[in-house]
Amino acid sequence: MEDLIRYAPDLALGFLENIKLSIVGAITSLILGTILVAMRVSPTPVLRVAGTFYVNVVRNTPLTLVLAFSALGLSDQLGLVFSSEPRTNSFWIVAMGLSAYTAAFVCEALRAGINTVPLGQAEAARAIGLTFTQSLRMIILPQAFRAVVAPLGSVMIAMIKNTTVAVAGGFAADSAANMKEAFDQVGASIPIFLGIVVAFMAVTLPIGWFTGRLARRLAVAR
Amino acid sequence: MSASVLFDVPGPRARTRNALLTVASVILVGAVLYGLYSGFDAKGQWRAQIWQPFLEWETWEFYIFPGLLGTLRAAAVASVLALVFGAVFGLARLSDHRWIRIPAGVVVEVFRAIPLLLLIFFIFYLAPALGGPGDYTFMAVVVGLMLYNGSVLAEVVRAGVLSVPKGQSEAAYAVGMRKNQVMRLVLLPQAVTAMMPAIVSQLVVLLKDTALGYIIAYVDLLNTGFKILPARFFGSLIPAAIVIGIIYVALNMALSFLATWLERRSRRSRKTSAAPIAPPGAPAVGAGAGTGPVGGGVAAGHGME
Repeated sequence: MEDLIRYAPDLALGFLENIKLSIVGAITSLILGTILVAMRVSPTPVLRVAGTFYVNVVRNTPLTLVLAFSALGLSDQLGLVFSSEPRTNSFWIVAMGLSAYTAAFVCEALRAGINTVPLGQAEAARAIGLTFTQSLRMIILPQAFRAVVAPLGSVMIAMIKNTTVAVAGGFAADSAANMKEAFDQVGASIPIFLGIVVAFMAVTLPIGWFTGRLARRLAVAR
Repeated sequence: MSASVLFDVPGPRARTRNALLTVASVILVGAVLYGLYSGFDAKGQWRAQIWQPFLEWETWEFYIFPGLLGTLRAAAVASVLALVFGAVFGLARLSDHRWIRIPAGVVVEVFRAIPLLLLIFFIFYLAPALGGPGDYTFMAVVVGLMLYNGSVLAEVVRAGVLSVPKGQSEAAYAVGMRKNQVMRLVLLPQAVTAMMPAIVSQLVVLLKDTALGYIIAYVDLLNTGFKILPARFFGSLIPAAIVIGIIYVALNMALSFLATWLERRSRRSRKTSAAPIAPPGAPAVGAGAGTGPVGGGVAAGHGME
């Protein structure tokens, strides 16, 4: 227990970095994922193919590879630099890799949401004379959005847990890295491990609970 | 393209607009690709000498295949253990006895919520304290993967058994079977068919997650690509990363296609009365209500963890 108290400030600072990464990752991956899904369902074959290619490649690549490639390849070899300060730079490199990776899953969740809308809904909308934008805005997207809340919640929870892989992208200031450092000094300590686990659960469980509840409240009865 | 919920069959005006959009997007995609190409070119990443090693058999024989073997070995051992763990805890959660059901539920929920890398770190540091000095990288990766993926699979098993219609177990009890016979002879055979796609999807996740071993220096494919090969062939980090990236994507895509195929087969199957259950983390697509995949591609999704 003393171990946990001794290292608590370090671990808390590390956990704060995980939270910062999660917030940046959530915003950028949602934006990128929306762009990707727009490409994947667009009537233009070229964009569809490009979107499908991106999603299938990224989804089947380990996150560790994405982050290591962002740091060692894109940053060190190809000279992609966000900041001259190494720590800030690696933060943004990891945030970029994490968003690029998560965006593929956001895209898949959104696309599956569109797939839950029965074709009859669109046909009925056309039959009563709604225009393309009207049927999209009033009939299809509201139903698709409701089906997507819970899966997006799981994607976000997975992303928060994935921020611990930041070490692979050279960012050694998050809670996983700080936990490793503490273990290097005092050996495996169960209180330290449980402390971090509880911190993560304190963030992920409410998100799961909230999105689950929201999804049930919004569910379309068919 | 099949009927889509989003778009009408295009008329003449829409066809012109689509043609214009196609031209614009070809230019856009081309510009992005050219940007990547010239970015690589400016840093000399297309030089023949840094790609040369990947054309030689020795590189594959002495570096890439051993790394791949490391990845596959960890994935295979962890898969088997995770399946056993998942079966035991999934069925334990369905137990009629509260003193089995609740502890099993706690174990499953906790291991599902722990970030996998933290779990692997913890095991990696705990093992020497318990078992004396030694190389615990393989063990840490395998045990971490087993606990995490096993917990996810436990949920799959539970969902699979619950997805078998109630009439099946009622009929089995009615003909005088015992609890154990109902599970073994009636529910599980049907549930396994329904679970197969979700299990294979989770195995893709497991295979991907073996790459976490890179962080504790387990010699796997990723380690080969980012540490060993660039150290041996100076300057060829990016080619090595691309080659092993292709291997990972090919392996996982093959498994994903297997999952899609299994799902289609079990949807057709008359051996089970249960509908195939969704992979963990995938949105529930209303059975039969969907409009077919918009935009095509691999239909069976798998979770990202």
